[in-house]
Amino acid sequence: MRLHRRDLLASTAVLFGGITAHASIVSGALPWQPSAGTPPEPARPGPWLFFTNEEAAAIEAIADRIIPPDPQTPGGKDAGCAVFIDRQLAGPYGRQEGLYTAAPFHKGKKEQGPQSDAGPAEQYRKALAALDRYCRANRNNRAFADLSDAEKDDILAGLESSRIALEGTNGKEFFEAILKDVQQGFFADPLYGGNRDMVAWKMIGYPGARYDYRDWVSRHNERFPLPPVSIMGRPGWMPGKA
Amino acid sequence: MLRALAITIGALVILALAVVAIGVGVRSLMTPVVDGIHHRKGQDFALIERGRYLTAVADCASCHTIPGEGRPFAGGRRIETPFGFVAAANITPDAETGIGTWTDRQFDAAVRQGERRDGKPLYPAMPFPYYSRMSREDVLAIRAYLDTVAPVRNPVTSDLLPFPLSIRAGMLAWDALYFRPGEFRPDDTKSPEWNRGAYLVEGPGHCGACHTPKTWLGGDENAQKLRGSVIQGWFAPNITNDSTRGLGRWSPDDIVEYLRDGHNRLSAATGPMAEEIALSSSHMTDADLYAIAAYLKDQRGGSEATPPARSEDAAMAAGGAIYRDVCSACHTPDGRGVPYLFPALAASPSVRSRDPTTLIRIVLRGARSVATVREPTGPGMPAFGWQLDDSEVAAVLTYIRNSWGVAAAPVTAEEVHTARTRLAARSE
Amino acid sequence: MARKLPAKDAVIVGLGWTGSILAHELTEAGLEVVAIERGPWRDTPTDFPPTSAQDELRYRIRHELFLRPSQTTFSFRNKMSETALPIRTWGAFMPPNGVGGGGVHWNAETWRFLPSDFVLKTHLTERYGASFLPPDMTIQDWGVTYDEIEPYYDRFEYLCGTSGTAGNLRGQIHEGGNPFEGPRSRPYPTPAQAQPFSHTLFGKAARELGYKPFPQPSGNLSQAYLNPLGIRLGPCTYCGFCEWFGCGNYSKASPQTTILPVLVRKPNFLARDNCEVTRINLDSSGKRATGVTYVDAGGEEWEQPGELVILSAYTIFNVQLLLLSGIGKPYDPVAGEGVIGRNFTHQTISDVTGFFDAAKFIFNPFIASGSIGMCIDEFNGDNFDHGPHGFVGGGYMGQVQTNGRPIETTPVPPGTPRWGAAWKSAVRENYLSAVKPGTGVHGSFYAYRDVYLDLDPTYKDRFGRPLVRMTIDFHDNELKQNAFLTDRFADIIQAMGAKQVMKEYRKGPYDITKYQTTHLCGGAVMGTDPKTSAINRYLQSWDVPNLFVMGASGFPQNAGYNPTGTLAALAFWSAEAIRSTYLKNPGPLVNA
Repeated sequence: MRLHRRDLLASTAVLFGGITAHASIVSGALPWQPSAGTPPEPARPGPWLFFTNEEAAAIEAIADRIIPPDPQTPGGKDAGCAVFIDRQLAGPYGRQEGLYTAAPFHKGKKEQGPQSDAGPAEQYRKALAALDRYCRANRNNRAFADLSDAEKDDILAGLESSRIALEGTNGKEFFEAILKDVQQGFFADPLYGGNRDMVAWKMIGYPGARYDYRDWVSRHNERFPLPPVSIMGRPGWMPGKA
Repeated sequence: MLRALAITIGALVILALAVVAIGVGVRSLMTPVVDGIHHRKGQDFALIERGRYLTAVADCASCHTIPGEGRPFAGGRRIETPFGFVAAANITPDAETGIGTWTDRQFDAAVRQGERRDGKPLYPAMPFPYYSRMSREDVLAIRAYLDTVAPVRNPVTSDLLPFPLSIRAGMLAWDALYFRPGEFRPDDTKSPEWNRGAYLVEGPGHCGACHTPKTWLGGDENAQKLRGSVIQGWFAPNITNDSTRGLGRWSPDDIVEYLRDGHNRLSAATGPMAEEIALSSSHMTDADLYAIAAYLKDQRGGSEATPPARSEDAAMAAGGAIYRDVCSACHTPDGRGVPYLFPALAASPSVRSRDPTTLIRIVLRGARSVATVREPTGPGMPAFGWQLDDSEVAAVLTYIRNSWGVAAAPVTAEEVHTARTRLAARSE
Repeated sequence: MARKLPAKDAVIVGLGWTGSILAHELTEAGLEVVAIERGPWRDTPTDFPPTSAQDELRYRIRHELFLRPSQTTFSFRNKMSETALPIRTWGAFMPPNGVGGGGVHWNAETWRFLPSDFVLKTHLTERYGASFLPPDMTIQDWGVTYDEIEPYYDRFEYLCGTSGTAGNLRGQIHEGGNPFEGPRSRPYPTPAQAQPFSHTLFGKAARELGYKPFPQPSGNLSQAYLNPLGIRLGPCTYCGFCEWFGCGNYSKASPQTTILPVLVRKPNFLARDNCEVTRINLDSSGKRATGVTYVDAGGEEWEQPGELVILSAYTIFNVQLLLLSGIGKPYDPVAGEGVIGRNFTHQTISDVTGFFDAAKFIFNPFIASGSIGMCIDEFNGDNFDHGPHGFVGGGYMGQVQTNGRPIETTPVPPGTPRWGAAWKSAVRENYLSAVKPGTGVHGSFYAYRDVYLDLDPTYKDRFGRPLVRMTIDFHDNELKQNAFLTDRFADIIQAMGAKQVMKEYRKGPYDITKYQTTHLCGGAVMGTDPKTSAINRYLQSWDVPNLFVMGASGFPQNAGYNPTGTLAALAFWSAEAIRSTYLKNPGPLVNA
């Protein structure tokens, strides 16, 4: 007997006097529906979703110091790392959705992992405000984005080594978070807003979201010839633009 | 589309009036069988077995059973026709809402002559023009089997077509044009196997109901027999021996495995054919399936050659890139696929069909191949509709239709766009 | 108040590898079986298709396929004197979720344990004397031998189509395979996978150093395969998205690609997904399970009665359900008594990264599979004389690099700044010419008196049930083992021609944020004595004979291999005992 999930939901409901069982039942055949799936949701271009313009300027400036532009490859800013972080913070990641957030919160040992009741979005907001206060207080009332490269590097290195403390937030933890997030945005699939035009993948020779290397697995010490491809495609997919 | 429908309806009305005015219909010309009896043969094992087999061959369940409801043959399934929906009848032995009180003559008239118990004509969604090739004994065997299934009380309203198609008298005109009643007559110049295949294909198997192109009134275009047709948002491919569009490159073994298991070294069944295999041909004997293969391999295809799209074409270049990037992981770079798992696009009649309806549909929405006893894997193809835009789908389809030494008309972005719009309204 | 469903012959808790194996075996025996799975139904074309499965951020970084800690998690501390805190986001291991369980996201390394691993306590005591073992080490024999479960290793490998080169065929040692493995009754069902450049180079260097390298046994198949159930798998395409990812083209052995298509067709099988079992119910004697209670996605509570209960969840959840259901005596580390929670173990992993001359080496690290690689087994188990070294245990080592996914796999030489222009150019320089095996040294983790599981006094799950508390730290034995193995491994990487070698020894304390493997073991271990084991040699509960507990929770200690081959073999072994003996005469299969 072939039972489809939806049909069974209905019949279960009948069986139990109209109380719907929310779980689904699989029996008879592997479930399948046309177009069923969980494809990724590409980041849409447009205004900042999480950052204020001032915050975004600081993040872009930081991204460009973590990954500075050079003649061959754009820096973190032009690669879209700030857009990546903005979209991530505006989404489930920013709210630490799916993580265990029950109290009580204790600091614990570092081996016990992060123990904060604030998600990344809240932590970024606080830390960026604290960074701004620090810069204005210590660098002639300028915002981080307005500092020279040397000054920016000095502050970032200071946060990294805990030489510089931020008020009301842990500067070292903030540095570690943004270092991780900028680098993730640089190397993640461009569909998330960073790695624009697959610049990071081109830089290192990574062919991207490919799924078949059978023709190259035994070609030792030879450079793989095809360009990188994103989950959302590449210029060669568009007729007339190959 | 709307315009075509309006013309169709108008024409049918005119025809109906004409035929009714003459007062003669094909069906009324048939020899009446004087028989008010319903022979209850519930104890004849051999007859019931024969009926069970023929019921599977005739694929009665695909229309008369709603999948997943657990009420075999209780009817009510909505059948899509080019002119609207009709609902299949309850053919369980329920006295009130099924066929429990029908006489044998009434049952036979319905199956082989398209005549309802009340004398009104059936719509040809019921493939009586094919079933007409069966013998009365065959039909009564089916009846004997249906007598053994659980009676289900399920009143069905079959008339779902819009006016004026709802005037069943119009069907008399249709019959006059397209219905050629009569039992199958063997061709003495052919082998018994060929004749058995012909009987199955042209009779209970009713292959042409899907695979033969239809006239504007929905009748079979007999000159184009089995050369492929659009049905229910799919293109049922050419199943003649045509070497480009049809089964010319398939061996009889390939055909038998496909019909029995849903998979062979080259291809896999999905969509309505998956249902046909699950309910019907997977239950047939190997001898019958070889007979079908012998008959199909003897059908001329007559497709004209299409010049291949040139590899320097923009669509071919883009299609090749897409194929290499997203298709080759299953279908392999050389289009040979993996036997019994991933179809060999290079050898698939569907890929080269003159009409790309099925191809576009599968790429946009994905597909689940049929799982059978011998091939239970039932591999699925993911949906690409979210990933590839209309021109990309068109490019990759143009590429697979024109690679590996074969050729078929390019697919355009407009065709994909139209299909995408139409598919959005389809839940199945 | 839970509503009661019609009874079934068998209720299976968790539809991963062992749940699927048991469901298949028990339905074959004619039983009416229901499998209750906490996570969603998952399948190739819909949930990890090759259109979008290759997404490092989503699957590797954001843990898409895994259990959400908000659904449930564990608490963790190193020492009994410390306060455990909840694991709020996954790190050291990745609890699976959903139909297929860990079989969806695994690398498919399909190893067998060594014959001596199953009689570890006896073997080590005989060879080195009891005083050679650390006093707080609580290792023990399994109660089952390699020879007894060899036919079931074979069953699992032929179910999966495992690709490899036999090293010991019915006692005959074969060149090119692992000479240390126990005798196998048949060759692998498919030949070993092709090896990319760096993996091949490792094999060559190891051979030149006098070792006997062999291809890692792989559930990513070298060629298409038809398994004994009639299900087909495709050939692996070396896409480099295997571990943490589902396989998009049916080429990685998983319940989805080897069992489920046949299982769902059976009229005597039913699966419920998105239903979390909260309790195994006992009758008033406490000696018989009457079924389970579960909560569906809408929060409704149901009781599913059954004659036989198969517990086949992930290691810690098996232990949690036993503790919460009052089955077996909870382990007390102070008194050294009780069994549920006892002998909890993990793995001792370290890595060595080699940096090569970019002008001479293009490794294309993105061309790989989950269980690709060349390994040596000279330093595993008791394959070498531990006498001079002062520790026991060991592991396989090899160039088993599974990917070149750039968020994770952009190594830079030691001394490179972590950011800025120098970092960026070092990434560019080294990406194609670095060798980063990942879990290059795959060491054992033996059992200790103070490494265990119990219920947390503070933290609760969404139903208000106590979380399981992990108390775990590395002991000197494992750290010594790791230092020794890591040095041997680095010698081989050096011999490959690396210009610079970076060793990352495993160091204490055990860190919940640093990924090792997902091979948590023990807590409800098998054995011959009910005082030191929760289940007998057939995985049957000593206390509740109509309850069988599958999985690595039954391992008395962890060996230097990936556990899936062994836990699957034990599942087949247990299923055979149920079918051939238990069902005819339900009751204890071993008298305590």
